[in-house]
Amino acid sequence: MASLDTGDSGGGHKKGPGVKKAKKNSTRLDMTPMVDLGFLLITFFIFTSTMQTPTTLDLFMPKDTNKDEELNKAKESGALTILLGKDSHVYYYEGQLNVDAASNNFKSTNFKGIRDVIINKKRSTPAEDLVIVIKPNEEATYKNTVDILDEMTINQIKRFALVDILPVENELILKTEGGQ
Amino acid sequence: MPRVKIAKKATDYDMTPFVDVAFLILTFFIMATKFKPPEAVEITTPNSVSSKELEQKDALLISVDKEGRVFFTIQVEKDQAPIQAIIQNMNTSRNLGLTNAEIAAFVKEPVVGVPIGQLKQYMALSDAQKKNFKMPGIPVLDSATNELFLWIRDAKSAFAGKPINYLIKGDNNSKYPVFKNVLSAFKRNEEFKFKLITSPEDVPAGTDLYKERNKR
Repeated sequence: MASLDTGDSGGGHKKGPGVKKAKKNSTRLDMTPMVDLGFLLITFFIFTSTMQTPTTLDLFMPKDTNKDEELNKAKESGALTILLGKDSHVYYYEGQLNVDAASNNFKSTNFKGIRDVIINKKRSTPAEDLVIVIKPNEEATYKNTVDILDEMTINQIKRFALVDILPVENELILKTEGGQ
Repeated sequence: MPRVKIAKKATDYDMTPFVDVAFLILTFFIMATKFKPPEAVEITTPNSVSSKELEQKDALLISVDKEGRVFFTIQVEKDQAPIQAIIQNMNTSRNLGLTNAEIAAFVKEPVVGVPIGQLKQYMALSDAQKKNFKMPGIPVLDSATNELFLWIRDAKSAFAGKPINYLIKGDNNSKYPVFKNVLSAFKRNEEFKFKLITSPEDVPAGTDLYKERNKR
């Protein structure tokens, strides 16, 4: 009833010659395709409209002067250095870098693990001593960088710095990545 | 003989009200949707928990796509004079030889995605050619040829003390060195406040920020 009548499908020939039955045209239309299309468009617009609300992450960078001296002062007590490498690998060490045979504080983790490291460090260090130094290497992506900055927001770290990586550290990362 | 005939119930329903509602909702969403302004390249931004909404007025947008190409876009609210000033200044200081029509075209679509030396060549292309032209991006990697520095410097003087939002929109897969050089171009201009454009994300449960936000 609600769909198009396709003429003589079925037993049209049974009526015999000369017998013409006046076709009753239905006044109703099948609206299903229209509704389908309508809802498809609704879905499309719902998705596009909610996706289009970008947010901004504020970033304040320090001036480039005298940076090393300031960092060294903090390093003694409560520094945590986070290094970002290839394929979202994260490396970190606390305090000074130590990679001799006796002690090795250069550790490897990923983005899931780094949060616990940051939280533990935050709990164990007085707030005014805590400094996190972020050093992405050449292979780190922008996403990694933003993610780690975001971790600072998530864990409410007040003092952190985005610093260039040292050659020693970069070599260590490459060595670790090569060994895996 | 049955006296009462059981009325035949129609098997199809009147869908009209349903359709009415559907199209009403559709109309609402069409009207409410804001299409994003045309961009030089497609960029997938990373996520962040930040809940600050993006302000688009009077901003310099630096886009970095996944290949590490850098684009510079000037966004103004109404007054297009700053854009005019920036391009005029660049035109005279670098002897680009842009015609008035080319300058007008730039003001209409203030996106820079080519080295300054190639700007004239790019602006001379027709609209169709521009679409097919693959912009190489602004050179930033070398600090001596960091042209982004010049653009930011000119933009700063053109906006003449008005507060400018410095927006950085990077692709997930762009590499860190490009981002670092974009930052250094800003730092050389004595600008230290940036807004990184991100997509919103939920705060992970149990973290310090989560606790603080739920307190309020």
